[in-house]
Amino acid sequence: MKITLKVWRQKNSKEKGQFETYSLNSVSEDMSFLEMFDVLNEQLIREGKDPVAFDHDCREGICGMCSMYINGRAHGPMQGTTTCQLHMRHFNDGDTIVVEPWRAEPFPVIKDLVVNRSAFDRIIASGGYVSVNTGNAQDANSLPIAKHIADEAFAAAACIGCGACVAACKNSSAMLFVSAKVSQLSMLPQGKPERESRVVAMVKKMDEEGFGNCTNTGACEAECPKEISVMNIARLNREYIRAALASEEDV
Amino acid sequence: MSLDAKIPEGPLDQKWIKYRSTIPLVNPANKRNLEVIVVGSGLAGSSAAATLAEMGYKVKVFCFQDSARRAHSIAAQGGINAAKNYQNDGDSVYRLFYDTIKGGDYRAREANVYRLADVSTSIIDQCVAQGVPFAREYGGMLSNRSFGGTQVQRTFYAAGQTGQQLLLGAYSAMMRQVGLNKIQMFSRHEMLDVVMIDGKCRGIIARDLVSGKIERHFGHAVLLCTGGYGNVFYLSTNAMGSNVTASWKAYKRGAYFGNPCFTQIHPTCIPVSGDHQSKLTLMSESLRNDGRIWVPKKQNDERKPTDIPEDERDYYLERRYPAFGNLVPRDVASRAAKERCDAGYGVGKSKMAVYLDFADSINRLGKNVIKERYGNLFEMYEKITGEDPYSTPMRIYPAVHYTMGGLWVDYNLMTTIPGLYALGEANFSDHGANRLGASALMQGLADGYFVIPYTIGAYLADEIRTKSISTDHPAFAAAEEEVTKRLQSFLSINGTQTVESFHKRLGKIMWDKCGMARSEEGLKEAIQQIRTLRQEFYTNIRVPGSAFEYNPELEKAGRVADFIELGELMCIDALQRGESCGGHFREEHQTEDGEALRHDNKYMYVSAWEFKGVEHDPALHKEELNYEVIKPSQRNYK
Repeated sequence: MKITLKVWRQKNSKEKGQFETYSLNSVSEDMSFLEMFDVLNEQLIREGKDPVAFDHDCREGICGMCSMYINGRAHGPMQGTTTCQLHMRHFNDGDTIVVEPWRAEPFPVIKDLVVNRSAFDRIIASGGYVSVNTGNAQDANSLPIAKHIADEAFAAAACIGCGACVAACKNSSAMLFVSAKVSQLSMLPQGKPERESRVVAMVKKMDEEGFGNCTNTGACEAECPKEISVMNIARLNREYIRAALASEEDV
Repeated sequence: MSLDAKIPEGPLDQKWIKYRSTIPLVNPANKRNLEVIVVGSGLAGSSAAATLAEMGYKVKVFCFQDSARRAHSIAAQGGINAAKNYQNDGDSVYRLFYDTIKGGDYRAREANVYRLADVSTSIIDQCVAQGVPFAREYGGMLSNRSFGGTQVQRTFYAAGQTGQQLLLGAYSAMMRQVGLNKIQMFSRHEMLDVVMIDGKCRGIIARDLVSGKIERHFGHAVLLCTGGYGNVFYLSTNAMGSNVTASWKAYKRGAYFGNPCFTQIHPTCIPVSGDHQSKLTLMSESLRNDGRIWVPKKQNDERKPTDIPEDERDYYLERRYPAFGNLVPRDVASRAAKERCDAGYGVGKSKMAVYLDFADSINRLGKNVIKERYGNLFEMYEKITGEDPYSTPMRIYPAVHYTMGGLWVDYNLMTTIPGLYALGEANFSDHGANRLGASALMQGLADGYFVIPYTIGAYLADEIRTKSISTDHPAFAAAEEEVTKRLQSFLSINGTQTVESFHKRLGKIMWDKCGMARSEEGLKEAIQQIRTLRQEFYTNIRVPGSAFEYNPELEKAGRVADFIELGELMCIDALQRGESCGGHFREEHQTEDGEALRHDNKYMYVSAWEFKGVEHDPALHKEELNYEVIKPSQRNYK
């Protein structure tokens, strides 16, 4: 296949970026989208040019590192698929593909398609855990958890922290990411002791980091490669109101 | 230097309990002044960092990814073993210990493996307390499943994402300490050397991958939790960034490297589709429960698999191993697939694949049952290959998956460098010559949560009088200068070939000659070829850009340079070990029917290699393995 790529090039966070156009003449339909970039970079290096920087690691859809905005969609056209699992057979010979980084103020561009997502780490550090030191635990089966609760907690915990939800949202909201963690831990009995303080702290941190508000568009759910449900956001809102209004603890 | 594994005295089941109670303690006021550096943030690294910080030590954590949560532990699918005996099927610490030693083909250290089995139960407790959503039964109790090489159900799991859930548990425990300012986190940083002062490890040199700035960090102790080195083969199931650099720098500073040739080749991976291939994807070994493996009886058969009649198919595993059939261990299944493909019976475009066929199971159980059991794996297969495994057999081929070898460590997990430790896949200690499924997660978390927090006291209790050493110390300056020079040397070569192309060539040599089958002749050739490749690398690579910016090609150059040197060591080790055991198969040492032939009288030891200079052969040190409890025997699956 022949593919034309329009790729966002930006030297670093301070300089302005622009699109550059590249042509690839022999793209195989078995290639992954990132393998096509490998081929492009090999070509650029041989020509003495600067290769395109992009984030990637596991290339099996679980680490959450890859992050390309492809033809106006986070992770490209396929439902429930990360960029690394997107294959070229879903494109046509002669296609022009536009590739950009995640665009959100809390995710500043580091170079080309690479952005800084450490705001997510700081949100987790503000409360996305159960405060249990190593050695504190009781026997694992002394705490029965109904299967449907465990399954629902797992479905929320499957978030890979890639940031597609933020990139897809017109408000750059991180509500899907935050709600997935809040949901997981507020549903499980282990998370109950810190239920109120956790949600308040995480939402506060989310706001401080500059993420926008949720206006219930649902783009986050539609673009999430792990199909995390927007129902988690509803739960986050309930948990927040519950904590702010009904908590006996000062939160 | 003599190799002292420091195994405590006493009966096997009492060693750890007694020793743990006698390790010197460090009082809380002193812990605040002791600094520990953790390199790598996977299961071993993040669990160790969290626990040490909870105990009161000052901790710094480094990872090359943009977030600690990306470490490759996240990709583990199947599960984690623990001797809980929740299924009341006769499991015990002893049985887990026994299965692990036997699975490792009797090349692991008894005392370490017993401790691993012993602490396995606490790991499950700890993870559940953190909110890890393991699979459960309707009554609310934890669910278990079976895995290869065992006859009990002791594997805990979270769908096909067990590694992800365990890592996010350890990551959240670590991030809690980051929030409490007990841990300083350095993401997008790569360790490029360890710093030695007066014979002890006292810190690291790291590069900030965004700015390119070289940094000096002091630590009273340094923990390498940097994973395995399967990417020496270029194609593997490892993440793209997984590398040997941290371990390799330690090796070059005097840490011995244990059993480097012990690598695990996983039988069921999606085959290579072309030259562009950058990595391989695993299909869980559980598929072999319901899939039948076959190739056509005719060489170079071009027919569609569904057009080949039953009597023209060779179900070679069922033919060769009637007792275990498609469920033989990983090393045996991998070698058998290679044998068929090498003989010209392979399938698919590349002819380097065999079929894994679910047609019989679908007929017997119905499509829905198969979908329920393996739906997500079938979907992943379809995403990658564009083929529907419900209607046509999967094509699979073995791929490099895990490295049992690693830095040699004693019972305390300390390398031969005082103050430098290795945890998880980065060390060599627990899996012998072959690792059982669902045991990697167990080992990473055992080392991090329940071993190092105790054993590090044996060293740090004597360090309470050591004040933080200024990073202006000449040893830091010298190490930094070396690192800087090396980076500049990569940039100044300005040759014609990309780093990637050298990595591919190295991978081909390793796969062909130090992969699933090895021979004296092939290994000797490989060593020569790798030496030539190394010389060419240093005269002909082209690395664009500068050292003072975000430059992934420069990172890659350093990693591939280290892989080239490691590859040579692996071949030297494989050549020296004149026997077959576990994942190490020497063609000269097989039984009449092509099975691995161990020589316990000659090779019942750990090979620990000492660096003697890039241009010199390394020196071999042997740690004899004494089996006091288990009697080694030949494995038989027929």
